[in-house]
Amino acid sequence: MQDGHPGSEEKAEFNAGELIMGHIADEHGWHIAGEFSIPLPIILYDTQRGLSVFSSARFEHGHAAYNGYMLHDGKVVAVDANGAIDEAASKHIWDISITKNVFSILLVTVLMLLIFPAVAKRYKQREGQAPKGLQSLLEPVILFVRDDVAKGAIGEKKYERFMPYLLTTFFIILFMNLLGLIPFFPGGATLTGNIAITFTLAVIVLFIVAFNGNGHYWRHIFAMPGVPAWVLLILTPVEILGMFLKPFVLMIRLFANLAAGHIIGLSFFSLIFVFGATSAAVGYGVSVVSLMFTVFMFFLELLVAFIQAYVFTFLAALYIGAAVEESHEHQESLV
Amino acid sequence: MLLASLVEPAFGLIFWMTLSFGIAFFLLTKFAWKPIMGALRDREKSIEDAIGEAKKAREEVAAMKAGNEELLREARAERDQMMKEAREIRDREVAQAKDRAKAEADALLARAREDIRNEKNAAITDMKNQLGELSIQVAERILREKLGDKHAQEALLQKVLKESDLRLS
Repeated sequence: MQDGHPGSEEKAEFNAGELIMGHIADEHGWHIAGEFSIPLPIILYDTQRGLSVFSSARFEHGHAAYNGYMLHDGKVVAVDANGAIDEAASKHIWDISITKNVFSILLVTVLMLLIFPAVAKRYKQREGQAPKGLQSLLEPVILFVRDDVAKGAIGEKKYERFMPYLLTTFFIILFMNLLGLIPFFPGGATLTGNIAITFTLAVIVLFIVAFNGNGHYWRHIFAMPGVPAWVLLILTPVEILGMFLKPFVLMIRLFANLAAGHIIGLSFFSLIFVFGATSAAVGYGVSVVSLMFTVFMFFLELLVAFIQAYVFTFLAALYIGAAVEESHEHQESLV
Repeated sequence: MLLASLVEPAFGLIFWMTLSFGIAFFLLTKFAWKPIMGALRDREKSIEDAIGEAKKAREEVAAMKAGNEELLREARAERDQMMKEAREIRDREVAQAKDRAKAEADALLARAREDIRNEKNAAITDMKNQLGELSIQVAERILREKLGDKHAQEALLQKVLKESDLRLS
């Protein structure tokens, strides 16, 4: 199949779709510019062959097999001695390589672990004083998560228990969104535009809601009080479906927003080369308009980065709020 | 093919994301969120306390001011009362003094009149006496003139004897 790297085929025709998908998708090496890319470690756990760790440079961008493994469509597959793909053996591979996205996840985690404990230390040093520096930049955001998200959605009594989760979620999404906006190394990996990331975040929401749901919450799912038995036959499956649907929607919303934003931005950018392929002059002419649109999309994305982090956290807090709600409050709201 | 890879969650990513989120969550909860939330709560509480104290102090000052005003008002009322009393006393004293002066003047006047009358009476009496003396002197002179010669004295004596003789008879 085709390779996303420009240098692989001489004078390859420009393919906008491939370029965009190549930027959105994960890769085992980090393509910096032109021919140069940073090889990242491949970590495989094969249920039959055990753990193997080696550099992605061994694959030579999918051209070579190494140790019975090969890169195919960006995926590690097992090959037999002849170099043919062994589908059955491939099923045994659990690929936990440090890919471009994994590297970015680790980078975000390290960044957060550097920034927030430092800010916390500042709070200890300047106890009772006004915030300063990074502390004053983050404090309004932390207060926003506390006052407008947690207190609003969960309620004054129980919000405190979920603050660490909500803050971690909010900032991890925000950092990932912003990191994806940096167009060069070590940014550029659109983490929240990757379904695996949003899937993980959504599963965490599902678990938190499920583990914190009180009797009142479960009763409303399995046997909505005050509803006739025959209606429950329909309602209960719908409620159970809804329980999974809510995090699912969170997953899709974040993924779609971020992925779409990047696709549109890159599409505008690709227009230059699409037109440039017909005539250089047209390419230069279009580049002005394209650049304007790309910059516009960049600012829109910046806005989306904050909004989506807020929306995800807020909706997660709402679901948690519904799960821990006391029964009498709900009864009143029903009337 | 490419689109499929876009919506198909990769196992490796889920694995690392879960691990990273878990590590970030536990470490940040311990070293960042709890201290930060605690510090924010403490600061908010201290600000709230400070505001409460300021409000209390303000109320105290207001109460003190009201007390002062009350005191001032009382003092003013007392002053007014004192001034009123002083004025009354003064008026009374002035009136009394006036009365006394008038009485004295009247008495003085009465005495003066008495004196004048006495003097006048004395003068009149004196004048009467002098007039009497004068008229006696005049009468003496006239008598001396008239009875200067012996004939006139004899005539008079004869006349007086005649009259007294008449009365005796």
